[in-house]
Amino acid sequence: MTAAAAATPALTALQAVLLLAVAAGGLAVAATRDPVRQAIVASVFGLLLAALFFAFQAPDVALSEITVGTVALPAMILLAVARTRARAARAGAAGQRTGDGRPRNPGSEPT
Amino acid sequence: MSRRVRLAIFGVGVAGLAALLVWGLAGLPDFGNYQGRYGRIVARSSVPQRKATDAVTVVTFDYRGFDTLGEEFILFISVIGVLALLRTHRDTEEGDDLEVEAIRRAPPPSESLALLGRVLAPLVLVLGIYIVAHGHLTPGGGFAGGVVLAAGLLVLYLTTGRIALRRIRPVETFEAVEAVGSFGFVLIGIGGLIAGAQFLHNFLPLGSSGLLTGGTIPLANVSVGLAVAGGVITVLSELLDQRLLRRAR
Repeated sequence: MTAAAAATPALTALQAVLLLAVAAGGLAVAATRDPVRQAIVASVFGLLLAALFFAFQAPDVALSEITVGTVALPAMILLAVARTRARAARAGAAGQRTGDGRPRNPGSEPT
Repeated sequence: MSRRVRLAIFGVGVAGLAALLVWGLAGLPDFGNYQGRYGRIVARSSVPQRKATDAVTVVTFDYRGFDTLGEEFILFISVIGVLALLRTHRDTEEGDDLEVEAIRRAPPPSESLALLGRVLAPLVLVLGIYIVAHGHLTPGGGFAGGVVLAAGLLVLYLTTGRIALRRIRPVETFEAVEAVGSFGFVLIGIGGLIAGAQFLHNFLPLGSSGLLTGGTIPLANVSVGLAVAGGVITVLSELLDQRLLRRAR
């Protein structure tokens, strides 16, 4: 497809690189097991996605994606994980609760 | 299911998805060779009809304002849902003293971090206000600007610590901001009805140049910006340390 239209290539090198980077980033997010690390990787992925949107001439979407993907979403995940862990630690300290209150150890589950 | 079988299934799925994506990308029109008829009409009509240069915002806040109203209320309802969940927990949970103590005993943010936050947060907030205010002229608008505003406030929270948080009493304020923003868009719509036309009709004078053009579009942008910023920061601060806030009251 790129060879046919020599004057205006369908895909510039920047766009191609960013598409590949986003694909790799998405895989990296899915492959990360520890939720805290996953939030950080997702934040980098959000930045890559924003760059992709910008390269495809959607600056307004890129603007939203920068803040939602890189700041708001990872922050929400981190805070939720922190609260869950605090609750689990509390339940573990009490030594009474079982079920959903049992302390977790993310990152150690086998893949 | 063994690891090998899972990997095989995953590989087939990924290869299929990649093939479909490449196929879809190959079908996109080339750059500078846009084929959409409505895009051309909107690009040509948004300046003469609405005196606003950002055609995207003209579509989302005027021509198809009703869709945006729906989107805004999706956010509104999501925020209410999250708050309802978190606050139910807050009222029934026991043994919170440990968590509150942990937050109280946490070391304050370092001097350099606090300084960085004090320099960075105002800049981000000004950028957010700029994006909201220029939504009808340049790319951006209420949604993008609203999240930028929320991010600026988040930077302020994270770097200056809990004392500033306690002093601002953010939760009530941002709940009110979110409600005012969400309802403001509805009021703009009702204004169109009062002006004798249909709901969300652009009833304000369009202006000719400068920041105050586009009639109701800038107003709608401000209202959505408030709603988004208020909603995001309400959820974040509710997650952040609701218990500490409650103790501080």
